[in-house]
Amino acid sequence: MSVRAGICKPSFPIFLLALGCALLAACTQREQTTTLKFWAFGPEGEAVGQLLTEFERTHPGVRVDLQNLPLSAMHEKLLTAFAGDALPDLCQLGNTWIPEFAVLGALEDLSPAVLADGKEQTGVPAGLPGKSSIHPEDYFPGIWDTNVIDGKLYGVPWYVDTRLLFYRKDLLAHAGFDHAPRDWEEWRRAMAAIKKNQGADRYAILLPLNEFEPLLNLAIQQDDPLLRDQNTRGNFESAGFRRALDFYVEAFRENWAPPMSNTQIANVWDEFGKGYFAFYITGPWNIGEFKRRLPAGLRGNWSTAPLPGANGPGGGAAGGSSFAIFRTSKNKRLAWELVEFLSAVEQQQRFYALTGDLPARRSAWAFSELANDEHTQAFRAQLELVKPTPKLPEWERIANEMQLAAERVVRGGESADSALRALDAKIDDAILAKRRALLKGRAEK
Amino acid sequence: MSTQRAAWTFVAPALFVLGVFLVLPACAALLLSLTDFDIYALASSDNLRFVGLGNYRDVLTTPLFWKALANTVWFVALALPLSLATSLGAALLLNSPLARFKGLHRTALFAPVVTTVVAVAIIWRYLFHTRYGLINHALGFIGISPVDWLGDPHWAMPALVLFAVWKNFGYNMIILLAGLQAIPQDLYEAARIDGASRWRRFWHITLPGLRPVLLLVAVITLAGYFQLFAEPYVMTRGDPLQSTVSVLYLMYEEGFRWWNLGRACAIAFLLFALILVVTRVLLRFVRARDETV
Repeated sequence: MSVRAGICKPSFPIFLLALGCALLAACTQREQTTTLKFWAFGPEGEAVGQLLTEFERTHPGVRVDLQNLPLSAMHEKLLTAFAGDALPDLCQLGNTWIPEFAVLGALEDLSPAVLADGKEQTGVPAGLPGKSSIHPEDYFPGIWDTNVIDGKLYGVPWYVDTRLLFYRKDLLAHAGFDHAPRDWEEWRRAMAAIKKNQGADRYAILLPLNEFEPLLNLAIQQDDPLLRDQNTRGNFESAGFRRALDFYVEAFRENWAPPMSNTQIANVWDEFGKGYFAFYITGPWNIGEFKRRLPAGLRGNWSTAPLPGANGPGGGAAGGSSFAIFRTSKNKRLAWELVEFLSAVEQQQRFYALTGDLPARRSAWAFSELANDEHTQAFRAQLELVKPTPKLPEWERIANEMQLAAERVVRGGESADSALRALDAKIDDAILAKRRALLKGRAEK
Repeated sequence: MSTQRAAWTFVAPALFVLGVFLVLPACAALLLSLTDFDIYALASSDNLRFVGLGNYRDVLTTPLFWKALANTVWFVALALPLSLATSLGAALLLNSPLARFKGLHRTALFAPVVTTVVAVAIIWRYLFHTRYGLINHALGFIGISPVDWLGDPHWAMPALVLFAVWKNFGYNMIILLAGLQAIPQDLYEAARIDGASRWRRFWHITLPGLRPVLLLVAVITLAGYFQLFAEPYVMTRGDPLQSTVSVLYLMYEEGFRWWNLGRACAIAFLLFALILVVTRVLLRFVRARDETV
């Protein structure tokens, strides 16, 4: 004790002095630098820090304060920050969240900056520049569209995501197919043939019953929209959705797919490696995971293919993340410069090398690592066909209800007719009633 | 007068903290439950409507609420007796004069209580795995064919019960152990001299002696189990076929996933009323029996 006190005492004034110096230094520094608050999540948040040093070097006096949040906490954090008026300057925003934050009025309309399209434009409000290096026509149209609500642009796509088919080439070849299925009919035949080889304990495809993405991607290929009347009523009893659901349910009825949730699969990569299933509908982040986690012997035995549609490649739902600038930001121009910087082709390519996230700009795909990778080419093809999911804040809940209805048909043995009738009724009465009332009120005004 | 003032002065900080962090939020939640507060209301307070008891009516007419309530009651009905029996059994074993290395065993049996639920859920998911799980493997030895624990709507809740009982029994065990040690040894000695069997000694000395402790443990456990949330949240997410959606899980989804805070508050108050009624009934039942004894 006495020894510790002996060391402590003389150092205390020195400590105070040091603290004082640090405070002083911090104060003088703060006067010169502008801090840009940037929130990101998941692996992207970890990787983007390495790109920011270059931005800070080319922008003296600017410091980017990057906060990396876990994906599971991001949504709640953003909403509470909105309620508490503590939003950052810009953030990474999943593009299915954009409608929600647009309804909140939290996002800056970026169209004046972008639509200027390289030409100097006057009269641009709110601190945004009058010209830009971001050209909408360079982006995949379906992805760009997820950021546009009522003609206003609320985000700039950063990286993209769509679900497609990962498959085992060897199992498919063993069943007599030398290429991945291109339409549903071919897919059916392939699954039936694979299941015959697999026996009772193995399957042709994994469709986790608690994930809405596989069914949603099949459904969004259809011409019928998922919602109707300006997104105020469900349209799940339409012929299009019914076709998708029937196909989905058929996979379980024919025993091509195991009726399982993803919580019941201990390790998908392991099971895919063991050949428990031959097809898996998932997204681009799994390219890296499959390369890393599959045993060496399987390296040439798997590939990716665009999601088959009813007649030929069908496309899927447009996912991924965008950059959004918040209306409360005091550094919008600087935030916009950071968006432009991170959207530049070189940065998009560096970002791909760091994370494996696919770039949103077509011109960034002219890059040997991307262009020569057989696994990413299927995504390139599908990205031209993707469509945005309905743009309303309640969408995720509706997608969830859709999946619960599908689960009731598969696991509970309910008829598709009654499940879809109940689904539309629930959406109309319980989920979208308020949205309808608000839109009606606005129209009357 | 001055002593009263002094008393209030001492109590004031605690009252202030309770008021700000407990009474005020509870009142705000009650008010919130009378409105349709949601994402639109967060955007602009013009979109906030007073709906009176509309949320309560909506919740009570939603089939999923009743399903969640039935799931919760089913969970409590299975887990409460099992949990008490396991705790009591473990406490009796630890209290036995024959037990060796008591400290070690006590620590080992208490360990699940202090482990992180998320971490042990991963292990239990493996244990329950249909094809590789240890539980199905063990059942195979006695000729029982594999059970799809987390995929069969009939088995998912019992699986969560096993998990929850394993996770929680150690806590009650410690309390019951303290209760056992408070029972005077001379009672047992006298009974043994009178020739009472081991079972009769348990029935006539141990159980009556433990009565107040058992009641306390039962009430705490009951209230805790009605608030079932973490187990389905980490193990099943309400799957399969919403057979593990509990009332609290439903409230979480309404409030923090779909941001319908008005309706979520209504569910919270319904659950509060339910727990209040059940514990009152339990207490009254025990008191009535005390009087007849």
